[in-house]
Amino acid sequence: MLGEGIIQGLVETARNFFGSYVEKDRLTTVQYPEERHTLPEASRVFPILLYDGDDAAKGLRCVACQICEKECPPRCIHIEKSKDKKPDFVGKQQFYPAVFDIDVAVCMSCQICVEVCPFDAIRMDKVYELSTSDRFGGLLWTKEQLSKPNEYYQKIHPMEAAETDERRVKELAEAQAKAAAAAAKAAQTASPAPGDASGNGASAAAKPATAVHE
Amino acid sequence: MTPLPSPEEIKTLIEAGVPGATVTVIANGSPSAQHSLLLDHEHARAVAEFLRDHAELKLDFCSLVTGVDWPDTETTAKVKVKKLVAGPDGVEQEQEVEETRKTKVPGYLEAVYHLFSMGKKHGPVVLRLRTANRTDGTHLPSLTPVWRSAEFQEREAFDLYGIVFDGHPDLRRILMWDGFVDYPMRKDYVPPEDDILVTGVKA
Amino acid sequence: MDLEPIAGPGELLEVSMGPHHPSTHGVFRMDVRLDGERVVRLKPVFGYLHRNHEKIAEKGAYLAAIPYTDRLDYLCSMTNNWGYVLAVEKLAGIQVPERAEYIRVIVAELTRFQNHAGLVGFLLQDMGASGTPLMYAFREREKVLDLFESLSGARMMCNYMRFGGVRVDCSAEWLDEVRQLVGVLPRFLDEFENLLRANEILMARTQGTGVLPRELAINAGVTGPMLRASGVNYDIRKVDKYGIYDRFKFGVPLGEHGDVYDRYMMRILEMRESVKILEQALRDIPAGPVIDPKVRLRGLRPKVGEAYGRIESPKGELGFFLISDGSGNPYRYRVRPPCMINLTILEDMCLGENIADTVIILGSVDIVLGEVDR
Repeated sequence: MLGEGIIQGLVETARNFFGSYVEKDRLTTVQYPEERHTLPEASRVFPILLYDGDDAAKGLRCVACQICEKECPPRCIHIEKSKDKKPDFVGKQQFYPAVFDIDVAVCMSCQICVEVCPFDAIRMDKVYELSTSDRFGGLLWTKEQLSKPNEYYQKIHPMEAAETDERRVKELAEAQAKAAAAAAKAAQTASPAPGDASGNGASAAAKPATAVHE
Repeated sequence: MTPLPSPEEIKTLIEAGVPGATVTVIANGSPSAQHSLLLDHEHARAVAEFLRDHAELKLDFCSLVTGVDWPDTETTAKVKVKKLVAGPDGVEQEQEVEETRKTKVPGYLEAVYHLFSMGKKHGPVVLRLRTANRTDGTHLPSLTPVWRSAEFQEREAFDLYGIVFDGHPDLRRILMWDGFVDYPMRKDYVPPEDDILVTGVKA
Repeated sequence: MDLEPIAGPGELLEVSMGPHHPSTHGVFRMDVRLDGERVVRLKPVFGYLHRNHEKIAEKGAYLAAIPYTDRLDYLCSMTNNWGYVLAVEKLAGIQVPERAEYIRVIVAELTRFQNHAGLVGFLLQDMGASGTPLMYAFREREKVLDLFESLSGARMMCNYMRFGGVRVDCSAEWLDEVRQLVGVLPRFLDEFENLLRANEILMARTQGTGVLPRELAINAGVTGPMLRASGVNYDIRKVDKYGIYDRFKFGVPLGEHGDVYDRYMMRILEMRESVKILEQALRDIPAGPVIDPKVRLRGLRPKVGEAYGRIESPKGELGFFLISDGSGNPYRYRVRPPCMINLTILEDMCLGENIADTVIILGSVDIVLGEVDR
């Protein structure tokens, strides 16, 4: 019968229309901005730099190795290495970034910087409401703007952060054990003149920066 | 899926089927082992038609046309040459002198065709065509009359590499705008300095 | 008001359709010459979105090209990733663990489903079914994108696959969510099909419109659902059996007439086959690693040589041709864009048709300008 197909289609439309009042499956929209979806753990927007402790300048994990700068596909990271060094979480003297800028106008949120970072220093943020009226300065994020405490990371990516923290506790324990063994050996060989011999390296390792928060 | 003859066998088939055609097998060192066949310009279209219509090969589907740029290369080799050299006493003597000699290997542009068969479901057979050089001898025979699928892709190779396909029905720029002069995919391409982002920030 | 006739009897009218036209699915232009309402010449003009993707990829490392492939056909980033990593795996001789192969199949079939659903929605929108089918399609697509987000972190620009596997493993909960979705998809497909399949207006409009003959389709290198709508049995999942597609039982739907209606039905039927593959993959997925830890993602330097890898993307044959000179970045990186090559015969399909039908013929080709222009 002519028109049968049209009626058949209208039945489907009616089914969906009335269904949207009772079935959650048929009405998936939310009333943004009053209502929001909770973002999944893996969700990513732009990178942040993590630091341990309370002081961003002191606890910044980044050692300015510049791997992310080199691997970044759109080359939106700009790093300048420091002249001096500061101890990292296991007490080893490392460089730190004097300048660390990310041009988020260029960044394409691909997460490759996070993947290649061997120091767990760079991670992805989940904040997405970032519009600004300043087209140049407002979209160039400096080290200070990028630095976020590890607690923040634990909050936004709980499972990932737990994994990272666990690994870092292990690394710290290993480094401490190694330093203790080295100190003991140094004390043994230098037993005629104790004191000065077990100098800088061991003392730096003995009281590492309080690095890992659990 | 019928097994595809080896590149050497295809070469023999072509040379038997298209008299006068010269085919060179170019080995591919990667684990993919997709070897290719270099054709001469004169018989390229006849070879393409032969491959398309051959009952056993039946390569009716030209999947991909790629332009490749191989710039001029310079090789330096140290050569020992005998030369007359004035000795300390002023008398010329024949001596062996080491000289560095630079040999210029002219580059070329290349068009690579990947052929498959939809009927026999085999492939790829890779054809290559090379231009004489990168400046004035950039002509190649077009294979668009044999496979329509090459039409836009040859236009793209013309647009981005500057390979002129003789016999192409509609050879115009395709991705860049008309009136653009350079070939952006060539290895020695330098982007112009009038980039809006550069000038915009400077001003 | 009296209007001056701009074309007298026997004269032709030249119309530029696009570049900003809602039916062109992006910035795309058709230079159309008309005799009355009938098309006598049609030249597609594109490149408005050209950013020289290939050059960008040649300047970066092998790893750096993966996020750029997301942006080719931005509706199907997962299959784009797969095409590229498959080519690199062929070039460097890399093996992929079993579990990663299954995850790849799952995400690729989900991608095919959401692409086809979206395309059918857009195509029907082009025909005048404003809103309703498109919204239904997008509702289901949204559910797939949610799954992609919880797996890879992004809804569209997934950047998920790596040479030798995938970036992160999927959790058991994620697989359960996919199972749940795959469970309700057949109902959606039934409704979606009933909505317009037998609609008399749609049939009158699409049947016999934009016919693509079988021989021309083969010669012009048309691939994907468009080729199969013309009756050619050529699906790279069956021909190349890349990945683990030889383990699944699924059919390849074929059309008879090669018109717009067949191309529309092809998408609907392929979605059903995708659901079949998903059910099998979700049943059989083994435990194990998802990436070979020996593969060097950073600083990959394949041996000198070349490789062409191709997959059946939702739009057609998506291939990547790579030439390595032994350095850390590809010497030549070439994409075989299925959308662009499927446009080759746009003129042939439109000749003799009405100008209004060029819109649905173009819609049935299924183009994404990010891939056409690269």
